[in-house]
Amino acid sequence: MPDRTPAPGGATAVLLLLADGRFPAGGHAHSGGAEAAVRAGRIRDQDDLAAFLTGRLHTTGLTAAALAAAATAAATDPDPDRLDDLDRAADARTPSPALRATSRRLGRQLLRAARAAWPHPALDRLADRHPRGAHHPVVLGTTAHAAGLTPAQAASLAAYESVNGPATACVRLLGLDPYRVAAVLARLAPELDAVTAEAVRAAEQGDLPAASAPLLDILAEQHSTWKVRLFAS
Amino acid sequence: MHRDHIGLDQAPARHTYTPPSARALRIGLGGPVGSGKTATVAALCRALRTELSLAVVTNDIYTTEDAEFLLRNAVLPPERITAVETGCCPHTAIRDDISANLEAVEDLEASLGPLDLILVESGGDNLTATFSRGLVDHQIFVIDVSGGDKIPRKGGPGVSASDLLVVNKTDLAPLVGADLTVMARDARHQRGDLPTVFTSLAAPGGVAPVADWVRARLDAWRRR
Repeated sequence: MPDRTPAPGGATAVLLLLADGRFPAGGHAHSGGAEAAVRAGRIRDQDDLAAFLTGRLHTTGLTAAALAAAATAAATDPDPDRLDDLDRAADARTPSPALRATSRRLGRQLLRAARAAWPHPALDRLADRHPRGAHHPVVLGTTAHAAGLTPAQAASLAAYESVNGPATACVRLLGLDPYRVAAVLARLAPELDAVTAEAVRAAEQGDLPAASAPLLDILAEQHSTWKVRLFAS
Repeated sequence: MHRDHIGLDQAPARHTYTPPSARALRIGLGGPVGSGKTATVAALCRALRTELSLAVVTNDIYTTEDAEFLLRNAVLPPERITAVETGCCPHTAIRDDISANLEAVEDLEASLGPLDLILVESGGDNLTATFSRGLVDHQIFVIDVSGGDKIPRKGGPGVSASDLLVVNKTDLAPLVGADLTVMARDARHQRGDLPTVFTSLAAPGGVAPVADWVRARLDAWRRR
């Protein structure tokens, strides 16, 4: 018999709320590198998009998911040093200054929404210690803790966000058929869960992955210098 | 719904972690592309900058052109103008997810010290654009006569519920065959007691009716 009991404390609904693109955490203005990749001719159709998202998921997606899972665990500790360590770990794993700024900006924006939705001392501490914003995965993990979610759920959110934002951006940028893009995301679901599991394992072992995509870093640096652009990153 | 229907100390400050008493009045300007939002902001800055400490946040669709227009015309020093990027959806950034705009507003106040007024100009959008009460205290909707004198009749949240409706470019009315009395009548029908002003920014002092309205709002904000 499959277990049909809902997660306690409304955690399933909380997870859905946090994953909803309409949750006001600033993500709508970011393309996750898709705008620059479209301009460079690297994404033209849904097949290119599927390849782009797969690459993103297994690199920055995996790293972000592991950081988020580790942050959920660290947020249970009243000593804020563990979260600060993770913030430095995120810095070390983000070589592009433009992407570092983006991650902190999105972290700051998520923190605002999280503090309104799930007020918690761990979120207040993060805001006090990082007034210009902590890294997004660190805030996401702390938010998950404040909202009663598990490290695995935080990792799942980070993995999902690593592909969902760029996919939506490509619908807007290229006028891709939204049903085909939805299908691309649906086909990625098993890989999303696999990356989530890998990230959780790594976080539990204290061995955070440092997977990165140099092309995403380069494109982000180029994008940050554009004068005319639709997305902030 | 009119802004006055909720307490002045409610929504606007709730997620900003800034005590409402310690922050500037925030006024949003929205309206269709080309109706004269940036020109109104520029004229307001010129009219008010000697009597008030003010700053501007712009939300362009895909460039920082509005911010650059304001800079080029030297209506305010550069540190008083911030451009926010909106990811193809200018209305989302002022209504559904206001985080980037709130940050821009807070950063201006943090870096410049106490301000009297912050103007938030939306990217040119359509008649359905409206500002969140979490972002601004009042909103001005700018339309123009060359968009057709039917716009007030068509309504939409900007036309029917903004705190001030500005019908701009009245000097063009004879050229485009727009009937200002029809526009005024339709606006009254849509807006009830909410004010509507007709402006021609091409004329000297053309922004005066808007500037006077802003002064009155600021007066009420200080006395609250």
